[in-house]
Amino acid sequence: MRTTIRASLIFLHTALMAVSPAAAAETVKIGFITSLSGPAGIIGKHMKDSVELALDHLGRKVGGLDVEIIYGDDQRKPDVGKQLADEMLKKHRVHFVSGIIWSNVMLAVAPTVTQAGTFMIGTNAGPHELAGKMCNELFFTTSWQNDQTPEAMGKYMQDQGIRDVYAMAPNYAAGKDMISGFKRYFKGRVVDEVYTKLGQQDYQAEISQIRAAHPKAVFVFYPGDMGIQFVKQYVQAGLREQIPLYSVYTIDEVTLPALKEVAVGIFETRYWSPDLKNEANQKYIGDFRKKFGYTPSFYGTQSYDGILLIDSAVRAVKGDLSNRKGMIAAMRKADYKSTRGTYTYNVNHFPIQNFYLLKTVKGAGGEVEMQIQKTVFENHKDAYYQDCGMKW
Amino acid sequence: MILLVLEQTLNGLQYGVMLLLMAAGLTLVFGIMNLVNLAHGSLYMVGAYLATGFYQWTGSFLASVALALAATLVVGIVVEVVALRTLYERDHLDQVLATFGLILFFNELIAIVWGRAALYSSLPGWLSGHMQVLPGVRYPVYRALVILVGLVVAALLYLMVTRTRLGMLIRAGASNRTMVAALGVNIRLLYTVVFGVGAALAGLAGLIAGPIYAVQPGMGEQILIQVFVVIVIGGIGSIRGAVVGAVIVGMVDTLGRAFLKPVLSIVLSPSAADTAGPALASMLIYMLMAAVLAVRPQGLFPVR
Repeated sequence: MRTTIRASLIFLHTALMAVSPAAAAETVKIGFITSLSGPAGIIGKHMKDSVELALDHLGRKVGGLDVEIIYGDDQRKPDVGKQLADEMLKKHRVHFVSGIIWSNVMLAVAPTVTQAGTFMIGTNAGPHELAGKMCNELFFTTSWQNDQTPEAMGKYMQDQGIRDVYAMAPNYAAGKDMISGFKRYFKGRVVDEVYTKLGQQDYQAEISQIRAAHPKAVFVFYPGDMGIQFVKQYVQAGLREQIPLYSVYTIDEVTLPALKEVAVGIFETRYWSPDLKNEANQKYIGDFRKKFGYTPSFYGTQSYDGILLIDSAVRAVKGDLSNRKGMIAAMRKADYKSTRGTYTYNVNHFPIQNFYLLKTVKGAGGEVEMQIQKTVFENHKDAYYQDCGMKW
Repeated sequence: MILLVLEQTLNGLQYGVMLLLMAAGLTLVFGIMNLVNLAHGSLYMVGAYLATGFYQWTGSFLASVALALAATLVVGIVVEVVALRTLYERDHLDQVLATFGLILFFNELIAIVWGRAALYSSLPGWLSGHMQVLPGVRYPVYRALVILVGLVVAALLYLMVTRTRLGMLIRAGASNRTMVAALGVNIRLLYTVVFGVGAALAGLAGLIAGPIYAVQPGMGEQILIQVFVVIVIGGIGSIRGAVVGAVIVGMVDTLGRAFLKPVLSIVLSPSAADTAGPALASMLIYMLMAAVLAVRPQGLFPVR
């Protein structure tokens, strides 16, 4: 009896082993990791909805093959993100891992994925390590390197002749990148650099310190719920009129519905905006609003672009997912209709793209929205690509 | 500099008061009912959502406060009657599991009803201004009001616990539940009342937090950890411990965030202070808790 079971198990096992490579070739498996629960869950929702919209636009196929998406919720924790990546690699045997909002999660996940010989397509976090020494031919991103956006803000504030600036960010990988990016182009005096706990709710103590320091302007990076809280409390403290606030990744389509008038007048820099005029962007925004009933954010466009980038790669190798070299070559061309317009890849697989100055304004219909004021950088490269040893 | 220290002390007091409103309910429920209620943060979230919802509906801030308080009290009583009654005889691990389940339930329920995005919440005009506390110290009216409300609630709680029949039963229940039940007190009703009061206090904290923080699913868990630190420091089950613990934690956290880095930069090099300051500031209350646990494992004001 026992031997029969064992024999049938062995039979089953070999049968499955024989079947799986063939089956795998017919379906592209993409693992998409983001934060779906907790305070950052709304960002994850923007990303997930955009992935679904991209699949709709592609007719539910990626590169002509059937597609299976496995979503994972990292809960904004690096260890959970790494576990999810391991599970996707070993259990689901995915061909691509994509997504990831937080730089500390990305630093835990990306090496795991690329060491397993699988593609990592980042759609938000851009820690400087991955742009420089830790760059990898299997890692691509459809977003930006963290330093770039604050570099644009630093440049703008420098050009405006603003001198004494108080800089604040959460105390984690991206927070440090943001401040160092800002300081790369801002040459005036940084009155103080303050790092707060990631996920902090109350900023009254820090706001009192700002008031006492009398800076000419405040520069902050507070993504998601932290931004809602910081900006609300900053305005409630009566500081908006006294010390102008400049920010990156703080006022966006995720936080605006909760902030509304409170955010009016605040400047941001960014590589994308809903009012960016190009065909792909208008189509994305129109269809997104129609399907989900709210305005998408850059978190969404990057995730949408990520799926289109994967599609372009699979299409280029005619569905032969074992042809990694071919897919790398295809992705380097960025040959797809990006929501930001056309862009090129740098040697480290980070985009070379424009950065704009945006302002929060009250629109014609009374709703508060972001509008592009001007272009700060054209075809802007990140500061780390020379540390990346990759040869094309 | 002295004015800044004073302002930060006010900030610390205000944060402590928020923690107190949460901690009072949590410590009562634990002390009297011997129930570990992880879902206390969910009641805080429910309070914030209901207040925001009622404010948008009625247009009156005070009406929304009253309605939200009453509604959170009802939610608390329903949760106690439906879910928690069966857990009193079970051990703490079962209670932790069940109330953790309640957290997930409430977070998803809120996300289904109101969506995942943070709600827009605002202050009425008469609360959004500033007041002159001392020459040179301006303080937001709303935050000053929070301090006032917290102190009043703390005083009322103190009077209730020390001067009323209900308070006597609560103290008796905290020290010997079996004896109280044997003396013919309807312990079941007492439990429901205590849990309802705790829920209303959490709701009060939530509705106060609404206009300052982001009203979003999962907001309760962000504050719950600090609240547990408060009751561990104060002594589990003790109202007096909750008051003292909340003020200590509020002060230590706020003053640490404000002054640890400048103080460290006197001793260390500026760059070392820059790295160590924020890291230490965010750990300070946990280090304090560890120190208290080492010296007085039962907390500063143990019940028994």
